Amino acid sequence: MGVKLLLDKAHVEGIRYFETYRREGGYRSVEKALKQMSPETIVEEVKKSGLRGRGGAGFPAGMKWSFIAKPEGVPRHLVCNADESEPGTFKDRYLMEFIPHLLIEGLIVSSFALGSHDTYIYIRGEYAWIVDILEHAIEEAKANGFLGKNILGSGFDCNIYVHRGAGAYICGEETALIESLEGKRGNPRIKPPFPAIQGVWNRPTVVNNVETLAAVVPIINMGGEEYAKIGIGRSTGTKLISACGNINKPGVYEIDMTISVEEFIYSDEYCGGIANGKQLKACIPGGSSVPILPANLLLKTAKGETRLMNYESLSDGGFATGSMMGSGGFIILDEDQCIVKNTYTLARFYRHESCGQCSPCREGTGWMEKILKNIDTGKGKMSDIDLLWDIQRKIEGNTICPLGDAAAWPVAAAIRHFRDEFEWHVLNPEESQKRNYGLAHYADPIHVPA
Amino acid sequence: MVQFSNEQMAEFNRLVSHYPEGKQKSALLPVLHLAQNSFGGWLSSETLDYVAELLQIQPIEVYEVATFYSMYNLKPVGKYMFEVCQTGPCMINGSDDIIAYIGEKLNIKPGETTADGLFTLKTVECLGACGYAPMMQMGKTYREHLTKEKVDAIIDECRKTAALNN
Amino acid sequence: MSEQPLFKVTIDNITIEVPAGTTILNAARKIGGEVAPPAMCYYSKLEGSGGKCRTCLVEVSKGSEKDPRPMPKLVASCRTTVMDGMEVKNITSEKVIDARNGVVEFLLINHPLDCPICDQAGECHLQDLSYNHGKEGTRYEFQRRTFKKHDIGPYIQLHMTRCILCYRCVFTADQLTKKREHGVLDRGDHAEIATFIEKSLDNDFIGNVIDVCPVGALTDKTFRFKNRVWFLKPMDAHRDCPTCSGKVTLWNRGDEVFRVTARKDEWGEVEDWICNTCRFEKKKTSDWIIEGPRMIDRHSVISQGHYAGNIGTHKPTETFEAINDGRQPKLLMDIHNISEVNKPEITLSLLDRPAHSTDFTK
Repeated sequence: MGVKLLLDKAHVEGIRYFETYRREGGYRSVEKALKQMSPETIVEEVKKSGLRGRGGAGFPAGMKWSFIAKPEGVPRHLVCNADESEPGTFKDRYLMEFIPHLLIEGLIVSSFALGSHDTYIYIRGEYAWIVDILEHAIEEAKANGFLGKNILGSGFDCNIYVHRGAGAYICGEETALIESLEGKRGNPRIKPPFPAIQGVWNRPTVVNNVETLAAVVPIINMGGEEYAKIGIGRSTGTKLISACGNINKPGVYEIDMTISVEEFIYSDEYCGGIANGKQLKACIPGGSSVPILPANLLLKTAKGETRLMNYESLSDGGFATGSMMGSGGFIILDEDQCIVKNTYTLARFYRHESCGQCSPCREGTGWMEKILKNIDTGKGKMSDIDLLWDIQRKIEGNTICPLGDAAAWPVAAAIRHFRDEFEWHVLNPEESQKRNYGLAHYADPIHVPA
Repeated sequence: MVQFSNEQMAEFNRLVSHYPEGKQKSALLPVLHLAQNSFGGWLSSETLDYVAELLQIQPIEVYEVATFYSMYNLKPVGKYMFEVCQTGPCMINGSDDIIAYIGEKLNIKPGETTADGLFTLKTVECLGACGYAPMMQMGKTYREHLTKEKVDAIIDECRKTAALNN
Repeated sequence: MSEQPLFKVTIDNITIEVPAGTTILNAARKIGGEVAPPAMCYYSKLEGSGGKCRTCLVEVSKGSEKDPRPMPKLVASCRTTVMDGMEVKNITSEKVIDARNGVVEFLLINHPLDCPICDQAGECHLQDLSYNHGKEGTRYEFQRRTFKKHDIGPYIQLHMTRCILCYRCVFTADQLTKKREHGVLDRGDHAEIATFIEKSLDNDFIGNVIDVCPVGALTDKTFRFKNRVWFLKPMDAHRDCPTCSGKVTLWNRGDEVFRVTARKDEWGEVEDWICNTCRFEKKKTSDWIIEGPRMIDRHSVISQGHYAGNIGTHKPTETFEAINDGRQPKLLMDIHNISEVNKPEITLSLLDRPAHSTDFTK
């Protein structure tokens, strides 16, 4: 069993409620932070911990905090990004649903560190029942003196509000989230200015992912240095992975980032192997926007090293032979899955979620979707594959926000690694409607551990 | 005429109180949810204008937002809305079959409402329940690990509840 | 305001000094010519505009003297400010040209390419951009996007299919009028300029959305199908207007005023906003004091029919009369006598689509 810092108590009966959570040691970090630490020392601890943003980008959280501007007389805000919408990702939901007080606790400490007296949780609109859970937890924390005026006699005032979104993946992008929090369309802002200087209502703002903020709790409890000892290299601490697709045990797992991908997929502690005794075909290891990896590049890197479940190892080889840790949405595809169809549904997703502000994303995502649909339904041409490649290349890096990249990468990676499958669809329009290409891609079938 | 009840008005005031003074527009998304729940599950242009008036903003600001977010229904919907996820992780777990099955059983296509006004079938993109696929949203909650049998049971349950309430 | 320090910036190997806070685009415009990136959404007079169309992307090959690292991605020159010692590549960068060609292709895949019946033709920025960066032929093999038609009143014609969502008209309404009535509705590839509830835009200054529109999405309904801009003679004129500066450009043929627009500078931007009365109601030469011909870029098609020096409202020489010694041409048949189309009582501008013979048989 690996170290568990976030979900160790998630299954204690009644942990959703304050009384049990407190009895199990909850809110100690608030006491420690507000009574013994200064905002600066908390930021220092988070820096020392090496905690990286858990939303997908992996930017060092402590560093992000240190960027926040502190102009005289202007309120600052912490906003929790709970707009979890990246296909394959459902870890934040799990955390908020089962152990909401952990997030609230992390938010109080982080609000103190950043000087945010009004802190917001921006939650995706579909998680309607979790709004109730969070609001109940906030009420409980308030009733017990952990929120509101003069928390624990420290003189620090803080309120947390839940802001419910209404169905837009783009609001997970921090500036779109801020726009949405202001009651506007979720159009990402053009940066600079960055939120740390001008965020919500033009005030300095820090936006952090749910898991990032929850991780502040163990960091304060154990100290940044101790936290940094867990994991490996720049992948410190633990990471929540939401595993789905064709596996025996889909769900949310907390891992320390030293285990191998192979162990994660096949051990009974985690995914429990591929479902129905099938074979592994491919994996999208960090949420739908990261490059898909064929099985032969997933378990081992191109250099033949064992691939580990961490930031560095998953991106080993760059986009040519690697992928990304992303948001931790781990999607497994078995031998029966069609790469073309899968890529098509993802392209459809990104077209649906494009805000429409900038030309490459607005026009390019729809174009890719249409071509992929044609190939998937046996109406594709050989030249479509190169065209797709060219379109994704012209979207990537040229858009206002990362949604353009997120739409381009899955298409690029699918063609890069599974071009033969696309070609097979084009050359066998009828057959491809009746059966899947399966594992024909691989010279040697993938070894399945006993 | 659309008008919040006293209870709904109290909730409106609570939502607005979350934001700094003069920034009441920030409450627009939560207030639109409240309005949608209060006025029959959808937002008529009358409702949108009412929300604009309450929040003291221009109607166009409300229209822009209401049309941007996928959860706001700008046309009437059935009493029960089945929003079935069709994105990658659900697709590889058979969401296409579930969508087809519901459509067949209710004799409607995605986007349509049954003649009795009871059910609307809608295909949606990822709802963050990929590990529990295939799944759909029904009102405030999710129905997960869907099978044909489960779909049958859910439809029966809805019909029974609707009959009881009539 | 205290004096801004001057920053040295090199764009396409040309170095100039600009005040700190200047954007790359505006610095490039100071150099002028081809060094200035095309801008479809940025508008210097509209706060918050820019960043969206991505046609002005440039490569920053050196960030600044202090931090010489190049920027990892191409940046929108309209929204990126210069740093001291910055080096920028616009037309000297293959990456930029490639990306820009891509953007132009994206802008055109769903564009109807109906220039032959579009009133913007001849002064359309998308047309210019396509000539410079477009390819002959298209790789897009799908049906082009269409929208439900919206009538936004007697003055302004909206063709959503031509729109590139630059948001300029939204900023214009926000910043020139107290009450904005149109906006961007829906999202993604179906986002559209609309009013949601059918209504006409009738603010005093709303006509300016026509001038800021870089394409033919918003055109002057009172000018619709009346003439081609390159057959008209643009003249600067003014009148004593109680609402606006009254400084306009008249577009005449002979002494007939076909349309009135604001005066535009060399980047196609309005110099002074004008009111609806000046724009739509003052269609007689006698309403105006004419100053002289409007200088139009010599590369513009409008310059082709532009006779400099011939100030005033001279009617152009009618070719037929000239070659016939002053006699009117003798028509073999008068098309109006036999044709179903062009009945004077049919107002083409009231149609929301190209005219069809059935429109004239009613």
